Amino acid sequence: MLEIVGYADRHSVRPGERLKIMVSCEAGAKRFRAQLARLICGDDSPIGPGYKEQPIANAANGDYPGRRQTIEVGSSVVVPPSPHFDTLHSFSLQAFVWPTLPGRGRQTILSLWSEPGRTGLALVMDEDGGLALLLGDGKHEEIVRLGAPMIGREWYFVAASFDADSRRVELYQEPLARRARDGSAALKQATVNLTPKMPQGASFLMAAHGAGEGDSPLMAGHFNGKIEAPRLASRALTRAEMEALKQGVPAALEGSVVGAWDFARDIPTDRIHDLSANRLDGAAVNLPTRAMKGHNWQGEVFAWTQAPEQYAAIHFHDDDLYDAGWQPDFDLTLPDDLKSGIYAVRLSCGERHEQQAFVTFFVRPPKGQATAPIAFLASTATYIAYANSHHGWNDPLSEICYGALIDLGPTEMFLDQRPDFGRSTYDIHADGSGSCFSSRLRPILNSRPQHRIWNFGADLHIIDWLEASGQAYDVITDEDLHHEGVALLAPYRAILTGSHPEYHSRVMLDAIEAYLGRGGRLMYLGGNGFYWRIAWHPSKLGVIEIRRGENGTRTWIAEPGEYYLACTGELSGLWRNSGLAPQALVGVGYASEGFDVSSYYRRLPGSFDPRAAFVFEGVDKNERIGDFGSVGGGAAGLELDIADRLLGTPPHALVLASSERHSNVYVTTPEELMSAYPGIDGIEDPKVRADMVFFETPDGGGVFSVGSIAWPGSLAHNHYDNNIARITGNVLRRFIDPKPL
Amino acid sequence: MYEIDPERIDLAREFRAQPLGRHSGELQRVLNRMRGGPNAGRYILVCTERHKEWRLGRMGARPGDPIEPVPGHVFHSSLEAEWVVFKLRWQELTGRPLTLD
Repeated sequence: MLEIVGYADRHSVRPGERLKIMVSCEAGAKRFRAQLARLICGDDSPIGPGYKEQPIANAANGDYPGRRQTIEVGSSVVVPPSPHFDTLHSFSLQAFVWPTLPGRGRQTILSLWSEPGRTGLALVMDEDGGLALLLGDGKHEEIVRLGAPMIGREWYFVAASFDADSRRVELYQEPLARRARDGSAALKQATVNLTPKMPQGASFLMAAHGAGEGDSPLMAGHFNGKIEAPRLASRALTRAEMEALKQGVPAALEGSVVGAWDFARDIPTDRIHDLSANRLDGAAVNLPTRAMKGHNWQGEVFAWTQAPEQYAAIHFHDDDLYDAGWQPDFDLTLPDDLKSGIYAVRLSCGERHEQQAFVTFFVRPPKGQATAPIAFLASTATYIAYANSHHGWNDPLSEICYGALIDLGPTEMFLDQRPDFGRSTYDIHADGSGSCFSSRLRPILNSRPQHRIWNFGADLHIIDWLEASGQAYDVITDEDLHHEGVALLAPYRAILTGSHPEYHSRVMLDAIEAYLGRGGRLMYLGGNGFYWRIAWHPSKLGVIEIRRGENGTRTWIAEPGEYYLACTGELSGLWRNSGLAPQALVGVGYASEGFDVSSYYRRLPGSFDPRAAFVFEGVDKNERIGDFGSVGGGAAGLELDIADRLLGTPPHALVLASSERHSNVYVTTPEELMSAYPGIDGIEDPKVRADMVFFETPDGGGVFSVGSIAWPGSLAHNHYDNNIARITGNVLRRFIDPKPL
Repeated sequence: MYEIDPERIDLAREFRAQPLGRHSGELQRVLNRMRGGPNAGRYILVCTERHKEWRLGRMGARPGDPIEPVPGHVFHSSLEAEWVVFKLRWQELTGRPLTLD
């Protein structure tokens, strides 16, 4: 298990700028050491180039006191304290709910409750999955239970009222669907023995209750599932009045309504809008999923922007997380003359692997300057999408897709036991629903060197080759590209992608397209790129959102009607489904994957076209290309892309080479299949291959695509003297040359 | 569901000779049966020394459940582990131990 972890407040910085570094010593180390380093190669495997870093002198290098920091995981809505809450005597609470884990412990739906003070009120789904009302007067607690478990993933109207004079409680649990043999409808009238006291100065919470003392924001009892149209009134409403309150605040009830929150408003934000005259607006905490179908969705509208009132639900999860919120342990001010590159603060509380952590980040050139003719575009959207992913062992399909045993190292063992470090967009939540958000404001344990050769680690193979070649380069990131557009790319003769540039927002794709239309050159040195359509959160930095829609190679599938992004209102899913398959941008697009062994390419007639002569200088016409490498033993492997004119490969594109002889473990991706049929593996299906493609773009620009994630793992073979390095270098030199292609 | 024929020792030999990569169709069916299904009880490797040592474990019933160690198995390469787990699964699925040579 890992003994030290950390993160920075920023992913992308410039020389002279400052980062805050947050650290937690998980096994109780009293001190830790920090060292700034420029990362060259992360591959410490016996068959790889070896781990390489350059220590960088910095005032922040040194020893620090260790401590353990905790993460408050789980989403909720917080309505700040109000005198309206403090002075409640009688009350009514109501909402629509769609519980996803009934029976998995007591879960709070709506609360004005202090767990340590035992005061207030809480509408809960009790341990048995049935509705209950919890009351406390500071000395005693009393709970009124319906005792009828709700059915998971079904809509209910739930409500409770309390009259202080009579101490009478009414509880309602009404399934919205009529079905035979459904015992989950229940109502109850009871008289309780106490009059609740409200916790003074407390927030009104949805999907959780207060469990902290004093100023501590600690929450507990997180609800799993959807909540819609929560209401709080200052007297015991009749059932008819509750009915009237479902859709809004009728004039007759204005004097009694404390708050009536409409989750259909402000969906792209964390703001929670109160319809009542009190305007007790709240805020969503830890990124619950918005733009979720409400109880009234009928399958007629699919974009929430067209009928927000049908998307008035929020899906809460007890493992949602935005910002770990740790206290900084130290600030790191970067030298003014620091070279652009990939860097890390190496944290250590001992010598063992588990006692070393890397807080990785990306240093851009100074503002307004390009310090090299090329830029490496770090796939930070992909790194965030995969941040702390569990699917590599939690998904029952993992081993059969890997074609090899699952191998858990200290990072995986740690994450397996620590849901508080949050989910990736590959994971499902504890309730089985897909994880739509991922944030970088937490320790990301799988974006580091000396880890698996995947994404970040694989991309360092490209950095290692650039360093070995003596090629000057700048580093820029996906997040920069989203915020700055084509201006970020414009100063460079060529842009190099990483091994797996999989996730893009509209702004990012538009920027690359515009760059290529203005004479820019792109080297796409990976596979499965430009695949998923995401949004960056409009106000919360470092957060991406995705909905895994109706096709694609997925680890979860969004619910019907929930394919549109809450952050922007755009259709998510594959870019291919938005009419922009990767082939249209880079000539090739994802078609298959497998993870056991990699293979090699053979040249095709297109490679002998004079337009492509520069690519193959020094490469024999019959050579196998890339039948070596530290990723599966070949340059064509893991996830593979192919050219397809019908999906947008430019008509003049040259298919230079294709890979062959992939294994049975490789299979065609679902979006390539009209229907399921036998014969889709690497032995039988000709679509299981990587295509290497070159084409010119307007104004002398060009694209070179290799169509394989494994490619960079072959660059270092034979001390960088091999045909993969030769081809990559040939293209790079030509792309740097300003002569039009 | 595909049932592994315990008489097809030839498939075990094929796997032992090349645990990763292109396999015959019949061996792939054996492997799919061994690797498919739910995670509860799945054999996995726990790396105890980076790039050098692995031990055998089995997954619990639910995500996050502790990995149950399988004593007596320490590996120094992943391919060595593949063969040992193949034999364990062969016995569990056919009821017969797998003995070659």
